[in-house]
Amino acid sequence: MTAQGTACDVRPASELLWVEDLHTEFRVEGGVVHAVNGVSYTLDEREIIGIVGESGCGKSVSQLSVIQLIRNPGRIAAGKVWFEGVNLLDYRPNGAEMRAIRGAKIGMIFQEPMTSLNPVLTIGRQLTESLELHLGMTRKEARDRAVELLDQVGIPSARTRLDDYPHQFSGGMRQRVMIAIGVACQPKMVIADEPTTALDCTTQAQLLELMLSTIEGCRGALVLVTHNLGVVARYAHRIYIMYAGRIVEQGLCRDIFYKPSHPYTIGLLKSVPRLDEAHGRRLVPIDGRPPSLIDMPPTCAFLPRCLEAGERCRREPMPELKAVEGEGHMVRCYMREEGAGE
Amino acid sequence: MTTYIIRRLLWGIVVLFLVSLIVFFSIRLIPGDPVLIYAAQQAGSGGGLTEEYLDKLRVQYGLDKSVPVQYLNWVKGVITGDLGKSIRYQDDVGGLLLQKLPPTLYLGLISVIVSTIFGILFGLIAAIRRGKWIDSVVTFLSYIGLCVPVFLLGFLLIYVFGLKLRWLPIVGYTSPWKDFGLSARQAPMPVVCLAVVSLAVTARQMRSSVLEVNNMDYVRTAWSKGLRERVVVTRHVLKNSLIPVVTMLGISVGLIFGGSVIVETMFGIPGMGQLLVQSIFSRDYVVIQGGTLIIAAMIIAVNLLVDISYGWFDPRIRYE
Amino acid sequence: MNEVFTVPKEPEATSAPRISDWRRFRRVFFQRKLVIFGVVVLVILVLTAIFAPLIAPHDPYLNSLPERLQSPSAKHILGTDDLGRDTFSRLVYGARTALYVGFGTVVISAIVGMILGLLAGYLGGIINAVIMRVMDALMGFPMLVLALLLAAVLGGGLQNVIIALSIATLPGYTRLMCSETLSVKENEYIMAQKAIGSKSIRTMVRHVLPNAFQPSLVLITTMLGNVILAEAGLSFIGIGIQPPGAAWGSMAAVGYRFLESQPLLAFAPSIAIMLVVFAFNMVGDGLRDALDPRLRGTL
Repeated sequence: MTAQGTACDVRPASELLWVEDLHTEFRVEGGVVHAVNGVSYTLDEREIIGIVGESGCGKSVSQLSVIQLIRNPGRIAAGKVWFEGVNLLDYRPNGAEMRAIRGAKIGMIFQEPMTSLNPVLTIGRQLTESLELHLGMTRKEARDRAVELLDQVGIPSARTRLDDYPHQFSGGMRQRVMIAIGVACQPKMVIADEPTTALDCTTQAQLLELMLSTIEGCRGALVLVTHNLGVVARYAHRIYIMYAGRIVEQGLCRDIFYKPSHPYTIGLLKSVPRLDEAHGRRLVPIDGRPPSLIDMPPTCAFLPRCLEAGERCRREPMPELKAVEGEGHMVRCYMREEGAGE
Repeated sequence: MTTYIIRRLLWGIVVLFLVSLIVFFSIRLIPGDPVLIYAAQQAGSGGGLTEEYLDKLRVQYGLDKSVPVQYLNWVKGVITGDLGKSIRYQDDVGGLLLQKLPPTLYLGLISVIVSTIFGILFGLIAAIRRGKWIDSVVTFLSYIGLCVPVFLLGFLLIYVFGLKLRWLPIVGYTSPWKDFGLSARQAPMPVVCLAVVSLAVTARQMRSSVLEVNNMDYVRTAWSKGLRERVVVTRHVLKNSLIPVVTMLGISVGLIFGGSVIVETMFGIPGMGQLLVQSIFSRDYVVIQGGTLIIAAMIIAVNLLVDISYGWFDPRIRYE
Repeated sequence: MNEVFTVPKEPEATSAPRISDWRRFRRVFFQRKLVIFGVVVLVILVLTAIFAPLIAPHDPYLNSLPERLQSPSAKHILGTDDLGRDTFSRLVYGARTALYVGFGTVVISAIVGMILGLLAGYLGGIINAVIMRVMDALMGFPMLVLALLLAAVLGGGLQNVIIALSIATLPGYTRLMCSETLSVKENEYIMAQKAIGSKSIRTMVRHVLPNAFQPSLVLITTMLGNVILAEAGLSFIGIGIQPPGAAWGSMAAVGYRFLESQPLLAFAPSIAIMLVVFAFNMVGDGLRDALDPRLRGTL
């Protein structure tokens, strides 16, 4: 069990990543956008966590912040990213230390397969450059390894396809290549940002299975960022629900699904169709839209869309994460705190 | 790829054909009987302007045929290399052009190379150091480069380096084969004048191209692999950014030909530009016809080469 | 579980305030100092051209041989040229020529070019092919060479230069209009209209013009600068406006002959040209930034 928000010096031995109170902001014309507004989470070795939320809730930005890929007009304003005992944010974003970690210790798989590969380089080159850089392979060794990787992700005739260009592959194939690139150097952990969103359903399922087995194969951990609850339900050990730049609920997978606590989580679950429920239940969308992240009011961000809101929610500032029933299960809601009436 | 090349080739020929039409018929638009123009140049040939003499001239210049036939005759001539006789010089136009082309081509080539290389370099630096002082300097200078009249540059250079400092000769052109030293001192000023505008255009395009490519997803992927900046820029950004800039090459050549008209006049360089200007004043339409056609043909050829080179830059086109 | 959600009571309590388009346009447009500088220069230019007789201290065409090639003095602020004419006055009147040529050319080529483009896009087929190929052919020439050719054919003088430059700059507008028209044609709304039978050129124009307005405006301001440069070039080599007419390009040509003794004669009109072209380009850039739809509706 990991302690959130407490300055606990004793971290579990198997803990790989501890993102501590991360704040990332963007300076724009109208003001400052607090894209990541105090986010903390942990990842253990070989664990799979899901970070779930709508578009714009800050989940992608938080991951980019972890590997320090935030550029002007954005910047990481506060927080620490503990990876293998070192705060990554202490490193210069483009310094040798950070670069040694990117791609080698922390792999990344992006969302858009159609545009995430360089159109003028061969697939082989885009694989071998990581291998040559981080694992010190020669070109020949790297090419051999690249063929193995492509095989692993299910690209047929890998040896010949090594010298093909991205536009000669379909979307699903390209995403397989992205997976290969992400795990090429056998990283300790992989961040997958909406890896299957741009693909059709059947491909999605295939690719997820592939991704998981590949990562498992190299004994890595996975951060699965998505807006799709169905995806995390099957694979994640623990889940973090994000809203408007903050984590509003977190816990074990089964607790989130069977004992959801935050009104937003409950709403998310109600809007997802399920095979195992009674026929004819109406899907209930969550009304309203996510808030603008500039000039946010001090009260709970979910207030305008929440029907469980009480007097306390309107009066007091943003609630803190507090524990509720379940191992490591925490919720950011006044209405769930002890002694809160309905 | 081959179909692509063939298509572009045919395209070029069509455009060249239309260009020849424009050139030919715009000359024919000049009011007045063309034979009188030809005759006026022949003052002192002792013939006097009798009708017979004019008729003789008409036959000689093929003006007795109908206009479309004249055009076809001209085209036939062009293809076989006979561009007609200059009215002023009474000399074969083809030979005249051969004489006047080298200076223009020589200085033009240097200018193209200089402006392209430095344009790409400056544009790249400005983009990857966006917002820093070097970016502001490059952006501002390339802006000025677009606004400056070519002759103003010439004035400045001539005034400073030619008149005041007396480092460089002001007028004249010498072939580098004949006297390399003199040629090397005569070349810089015209080349700078010619190159500045296309340098500015190229730098701007390169800068905006790099900025755009920088925001592409695949560049983000490159960073996420932990590659160093130098590698990301040269391997991932550069080749992609160059694609639109290569188009600039065609435009640069056009700008430089255009500029050579002014530059050759100013620096007394006996090239195509000067020839064209003189021909306009002496009403030597045969030369104007041949000269503009040749220039247009060269530009079309350059554009064709540029289009073909896309294939090397962008594999997507290669496999079409 | 009971239904927990209904429509929220207040709409978007935290959405950003909306700024009116015009105010935003003004704000973005005047954001850069250089753009303001450009506008100031243009205003000065226009005023100078309009009030030339009042501003110029001397008659720009008045020869005065005893006073030739003088340096700046109290009587002649910028000195005199080779025939004793006051440089400053000629500079002032030159503004008229510059504006006349600039706007004359741009107006003609924009109107003709856009009509051609509209026709090419709307009618399609062979008319499109013909028009666009001719435009390609026109673009096969360097602008100056083409203008030279046409000016040679038409003869020198102000009017002919305008016509020559108009023809030389047609292709830009034509291609723009053609592509805008084509994309509107593909637009579903128009297809729907076609389905109910109203496929007229008026509809076309009504839909194309608003879309084409911004890029055309930007193109026009860019072209203004280029046209003035081209005219200056033509005058410099001796085609176009010649002395005694007061045009900056030909003033520069004259000045070239006296570069060593009286450099101001060459530099003054050339710098004037550069300033004006700079101003037009700056304003064009400012317009482009201010009109850019991507800036609409700030984050």
